[in-house]
Amino acid sequence: MIGILRKGVARSGYEIRHYFRQGDSLFFTFLFPLVMLLIFSVAFSQTTFGAPGEEISAAAYYLPGMVAAGVLLSGLQNMSIDIAMEKGDGTLKRLGGTPLSPVSYFIGKLGQVLVTGILQSALLIVVAVVAFGVELPDEPEKWVTFAWVFLLGVTTCALLGIALSAIPRSGRSATAVVIPIVLILQFVSGVYIAFSTLPEWLQNVASLFPLKWLAQGMRAVFLPDGFEVAEVGESWDLAGIAIVCGIWLVAGLVLARVTFRWIRKDG
Amino acid sequence: MNEPVVRVQNLRKMYRGGAEALRDLSFEIARGETFALLGPNGAGKSTTIEILEGYRDRSGGEVSVLGVDPVRGGLDWKARLGIVLQNTGEAPTASVREQLQHFAGFYPNPRDVDEVIEAVGLTAKAKASIRKLSGGQRRRVDVALGIIGRPELLFLDEPTTGFDPEARRQFWDLIRRLQDEGTTILLTTHYLDEAAELSSRAGIVAGGVMAAIGPITELGGAEARVPIVRWREKGKVREERTDAPAALVAQLAATGEPEGLEVIRPSLEDIYLSFVGRDAAEVTA
Repeated sequence: MIGILRKGVARSGYEIRHYFRQGDSLFFTFLFPLVMLLIFSVAFSQTTFGAPGEEISAAAYYLPGMVAAGVLLSGLQNMSIDIAMEKGDGTLKRLGGTPLSPVSYFIGKLGQVLVTGILQSALLIVVAVVAFGVELPDEPEKWVTFAWVFLLGVTTCALLGIALSAIPRSGRSATAVVIPIVLILQFVSGVYIAFSTLPEWLQNVASLFPLKWLAQGMRAVFLPDGFEVAEVGESWDLAGIAIVCGIWLVAGLVLARVTFRWIRKDG
Repeated sequence: MNEPVVRVQNLRKMYRGGAEALRDLSFEIARGETFALLGPNGAGKSTTIEILEGYRDRSGGEVSVLGVDPVRGGLDWKARLGIVLQNTGEAPTASVREQLQHFAGFYPNPRDVDEVIEAVGLTAKAKASIRKLSGGQRRRVDVALGIIGRPELLFLDEPTTGFDPEARRQFWDLIRRLQDEGTTILLTTHYLDEAAELSSRAGIVAGGVMAAIGPITELGGAEARVPIVRWREKGKVREERTDAPAALVAQLAATGEPEGLEVIRPSLEDIYLSFVGRDAAEVTA
């Protein structure tokens, strides 16, 4: 058991080094939310958001959505494409022939997602503060909320990513399968477009998926309290976040456990 | 101790869709032995080796590898194997040393990383990213990864593809050292000189069955090794197989110098070709 954990930690280090050596994942997963934050902040630099007396800048308004998008990208997109590619290019076949436990392999992946996710959020927050003067919350309970929403979100997204990696038939088709899912989720979950402006039926559909809840959680952390009335039910609904993400976490764990194979057996 | 390291009995493999890769294959490999599996492309060599490695399920027959059915082989069992697959796969961004150090960590009693790098002749490239290596150099990394765990049984599926002659010699030396340490080896190769050089016994797979099996020097039986005397008579090529070629040549010479006289002792290649058919062999060459 200790061996499995130790190998998992060693695997994390290996995975993280590999992650930062690959230009494409670095851009499309790691820096993408930052690029979007820069675009929105610059495009709407003359606009303010929120009720009179509580106006905030575009950078402050979009920061929570981009942090949530980062969690989705670092977790689900990175994980599903990465594993599908590794399945296609023979990496998993090679590992499957060694005494490495699949559990260690997944600890390695989760470690990579966690570390890159934290760095990504930190980078977003630092740029928002330094370049756009966004004010951060100073209540400790908001940072507690941030911590659990982030950890729950990143773990859920990573597990769903593992499950999703079983769908593409080849490494090359992985991007084609995963990117549209991720992109549509971002548009309907209140990342780029304010959730309250979507028609009710679309809100209901989006509410089935975890990203809507993650974005809501991040808004609860980073937006002033006055913004709570703009939410569905005029509440941040933190319990709802925990429940929906919790259900997806369990579903992701079961699916990942059931679907994962080192190689596609030919029967 | 007398238990063979690999035992395959009446192995059968049907692919989904009905294609039959293996019909009835049987062979054994004793501890410390190097066994070469020969045969044309598509004969089922890789299918066989991947069944033994636990990558593929079988349709019938009995298989035992280190006393374990590969279908049920756990991590402890995998720790005793070394696998060099036929396809290298995508090269990682890691350097040669990083990759070997990382894989060494999977095994309970790995070899020294730098010694392995030295043994495959990549010391000068130890710090280079595997992505930046040539095809032959990457193949040497595969071999290094296959032996890093100090395996009892080493699978080598066409290990020297893409090697230059010098690298091939170096590889042969490495295999001889592994043999001296008692490693059991299953080798598939298209190079018959390599099989003759490294293995004590060989089997020729053709059409999903073992067409011939035995010590390299006796492969195909005495029949296949009978010398051939060939000459031309009135513009037509004549051929006769005889255990006493000198007597036949003397008899022919009695009536004058025979035209285009040759005495041919079948090489391993000739014997191989007689089993798999010349057409199939030309495709693989």
